[in-house]
Parts: sequence; C-alpha cells; structure tokens
Amino acid sequence: MEPRLQPLETIAYGAIGLVTFFAIWTIVVLSGAVPHTFLPLPTAILTRFTFLLTHSFAGATLPQHLLASIDRYLGGFLLAALVGVPLGLLMGWFRWLDDILSPIFDGLRFIAPIAWVPFAALWFGTGYGGPIMIIFAGAFSPCLINAHRGARFVNASLTEAASMLGTGHFRTITEVLLPASLPSIVAGLRVAAGLGWQSLVGAELIVAANGIGYMMVQGQANLQTSTVMAGMVSIGLVGFGMDRLLRLAERAVGKRLGRPA
Amino acid sequence: MGSICFDKVDKVFGAGSGVLKALEDINLIVADKEFVAIVGPSGCGKTTCLRMVAGFEAPSAGTISVDGKVIIAPGPDRAVVFQQFALFPWKTVRGNIEMGLRNKNMPRAQRAPLVEGALKLMNLESHAEAFPHQLSGGMQQRVAIARAYVLDPAVLLMDEPFGALDAQTRVVMQEELVRLARLNPRTVLFITHSVEEAVYLADRVAIMSRRPGRIKGIVDIKAVRLAEQWDKSERIEDVMERESFVHLRSNIWKSLREEK
Ligand SMILES: Nc1ncnc2c1ncn2[C@@H]1O[C@H](COP(=O)(O)OP(=O)(O)OP(=O)(O)O)[C@@H](O)[C@H]1O
Ligand SMILES: [Mg+2]
Repeated sequence: MEPRLQPLETIAYGAIGLVTFFAIWTIVVLSGAVPHTFLPLPTAILTRFTFLLTHSFAGATLPQHLLASIDRYLGGFLLAALVGVPLGLLMGWFRWLDDILSPIFDGLRFIAPIAWVPFAALWFGTGYGGPIMIIFAGAFSPCLINAHRGARFVNASLTEAASMLGTGHFRTITEVLLPASLPSIVAGLRVAAGLGWQSLVGAELIVAANGIGYMMVQGQANLQTSTVMAGMVSIGLVGFGMDRLLRLAERAVGKRLGRPA
Repeated sequence: MGSICFDKVDKVFGAGSGVLKALEDINLIVADKEFVAIVGPSGCGKTTCLRMVAGFEAPSAGTISVDGKVIIAPGPDRAVVFQQFALFPWKTVRGNIEMGLRNKNMPRAQRAPLVEGALKLMNLESHAEAFPHQLSGGMQQRVAIARAYVLDPAVLLMDEPFGALDAQTRVVMQEELVRLARLNPRTVLFITHSVEEAVYLADRVAIMSRRPGRIKGIVDIKAVRLAEQWDKSERIEDVMERESFVHLRSNIWKSLREEK
C-alpha cells in the first residue's frame, strides 16, 4: 500500500466519499428514475430518524427499540465470548479435545445464524432467549476460532519454557496461552461483534416483539420505507461505534503486551 | 544430585523418504556438578541432545537418564536457558522468576527471599518490576538465567545462551556465569559455537561430528584449569592469553575443522 495519510487528509477523503454517495442518491431520486416509495430521499430518512427519536412507533421510540436490541445483543455476545474463548484455548492446548470438537464446529460454522431461527423460537421462545441463541450462533465461531488459532500458534519456546518450569495445564492456559493469544482473541471478538450484531437484526426481523429489527418489519408492513431506512441507519451507527470501541481495545492490548498494534 | 547419562542414543526425524538421522550412538556421562560444553558443526544435533534432556523430544533409540531416572517429560529439575530467552513478555522480571516457584505451590513468604536472592545474584534488583521488552538483551538473558537458577535445579541446560548477545555483553555474561558456577556449582550442559567460550566455561568439552552427529572426542579442561590456576584471573582476556588456554583451544578448533 501507499504510505499512510495525515489524519485530516483521511477525514477529508472520507467526507468526499460520503458526500458524493448522498449526492448521487439524491439526484437519482429527484430525477424521478426511482419512486420515493422504493427509495426515499436521504433528507426524508433524516427527518424520520429524528422523529422516531422522540415518537413511539411499533410500541416504542427508536432509542427504546435500540436498547432492547442492545440488551439482547450483549447477552448473546457475552455468552458467545464466555463459551467460545475458553473452549478455543482448551482446544488449542489439548489435542484430543481439538480432534473431538473440530469436525463438529467446522460443520456448524457454515450454517448461517438465521437458519437457526425456527429452532431458536421453538427452544427458547421469541422474547429474549430465541434471539440470544441466534446472536450466539453468529458470534460464537469467531470467538472460538481466534482463541484456538491464537493458542495453537503461541511461540513454542514459551510453552516449552512453561513446561520446564513445571507449569500445570490450568496455569499454562491462563498465564501463557491466554495472554499470548490476546491479540488474536480481541481480533476475533471484533469480528464476532459485527457478526452478532448482524444476526441480531436478522433474528428480530422474525422472532421479536420489540427491538430495532422488529421496528423495521413494522415499517415495511406499513409501507414506510423511510422507517426501514432509519432503522438501517441506526444499525450502522451502533455497529460502527462498537467496532471503534473494540478497535481501541485491540490497540490497548497491543500496547500492554509491549508490541504496538 | 544431577548426573546425566546418554546411553546409546539415536535420534531420527521424519519418516519414509524424508527421514533424517540427526544423532547416532551418543554416549556421554555428565557427572554431578560438572560443566560440560558441547561444540560441533551447525546441524550436527547439539540442540537435539539438549532438548531430549529437557524432555521436549524423545530419543528414537537408547535412553537418557538423570540420576538414574529415564526422562519422560519436561520438569523443573532440568531448567532450560533458551537462546532467544523465551521470557513471558506479559510478566515482569519478578513474575518471570517467580513462575517456577509458584508452580511448586510455594507460599509467598517462602518465595520472596528466593526471588530476591536470584535478582541479587544476577544484578537485577533495580529492574524487578520491569517488563522484558524494557530490558537490554543481556539483561533479558540474566532474567532467564535467574528464572532457571531460582528453581535450584539438578541440571541446567543452556543452548547458546549468549548467542544473541553482542560481543561485550557476552564477555560480561561469561564472567558472571563462571562466577555463578564456582559459587553455586550445578550440573550444566552448555551448547556453544564458540570454542573459546567452551574452554573458558567448561570442565569438559565434547566435540561432535557432522550429521549424523556423534561424539568424536572429549577434552578435559578442568585438570588444566586447576593446574594452571585460571580461576585466579580476574578477567576473561587474562585467561585467554595463557599458553595452556591457547593450546586447548587450538586442539579443539583443529578437531572441529576436520568436520567442516
Ligand atoms: N523437529 C525437527 N524435525 C525435523 N528435523 C529436525 C528437527 N529438529 C532438528 N532437526 C534436524 O536435525 C538436525 C540437527 O538439528 P539441531 O538443531 O540439533 O542442530 P544443532 O547442532 O543445534 O545446529 P546449530 O548449531 O545450527 O544450532 C538438523 O539437520 C535439523 O535440520
Ligand atoms: Mg542448535
């Protein structure tokens, strides 16, 4: 790649991209090539967005829908991290566990989270449990895989040093594999966060009675494309914000381990 | 206690057409508290010998035992100092040194004086709370040596421990290791590419042949060192200029040259 640009230049180019994007969009709609009901104007979406911030639609305001979604999301994401990361580390250390579990997980991970919707609804209901299972299905694999790979590719001399120091399995995993894999794990969490968030909205389109996805379905039912789009915008914004936070975490981890990210 | 015995040890890597015979018929006894250096051409299997004593690899034939017990796994009775230090980057100097003692479930109050002793021994007191990446290479290797010494191991295994250091630091470390070895004798198996280093540090030097590695000769240094009173010299260069030292060095060097 070319050398890095100054931060201001980066921002300027980003702004050029966004402005051009919205300009073309506006022109296409205003020219009449596409009816407003198919594609609302950016300004209409913005108006609708601000309206929904304070006005109830489909039972709640947009922030309330978002909070309901984030609540579910955090549940599913934390569950995926709390199960996936330790399990990945264990699989990275114990070959036999890897041999037992890898074929299963390698198959499961190709099933799109949405494909679990019927079972999620059946097993855990459509309120909290069902969506959580779907988020879990989306976020679990990256947590597991990155912890697994991180642990597997730890510098062999570090695990050898641990074993010659008489380090037991538990401590080797918590004090050697875990810190050594942290960069990989955090990268996995970042991917998992994105996939989980996508899965959540997909799940809510089908199985929830509130949340941002539910709001969008109701908007669609009422032929309010601008409501659907306002939902999409807020999904994008929240996802972007989360990713930024995790990126900061990634940097912090790199610094803590003495190597710049 | 800590005698090492290699008994008819072979080591073969790979299988089928990719098979590689690394070591053949290695027989060597390192006595308790003896310092033996191994020299030999690159790829002759020095590291492999040491890794088998550490328990990281198993011999393909024959046995290696420490104090009569055949080695089956790594353990703190055989501490290793790695060429690339292999310190835990996320642990402080103290944390690295303490790790082995914690693994022995030694209570904190009992650990503390041992760790302080090891820090002092290696002149690391003022860096106890530093992280490895904040230290120079020489200091990092000191931490690795302290981490090994604090375990009070029967056997110390060192694979080119000063190979990654600059020449000046290396000399300082050599002098310190001699000081340590005289102060606190241990059974040491020490690998080096430097004949000088081997003659300066070791009681005996084992010379290996090209692959498949065999031990082609063993040179007794200790007898000469004692007779010539090398240990009275303060500095390494004083020892290295002595006729007896030069003589031993060139003998080993010639024997090695035949292998290149
Ligand atoms: N895990 C392994 N798999 C296959 N071959 C190996 C393995 N480890 C070592 N070897 C081979 O065995 C031979 C001896 O290797 P070893 O590392 O013991 O040599 P060495 O004497 O330490 O060399 P150097 O002086 O360069 O460090 C080499 O030919 C090497 O390629
Ligand atoms: Mg080697």
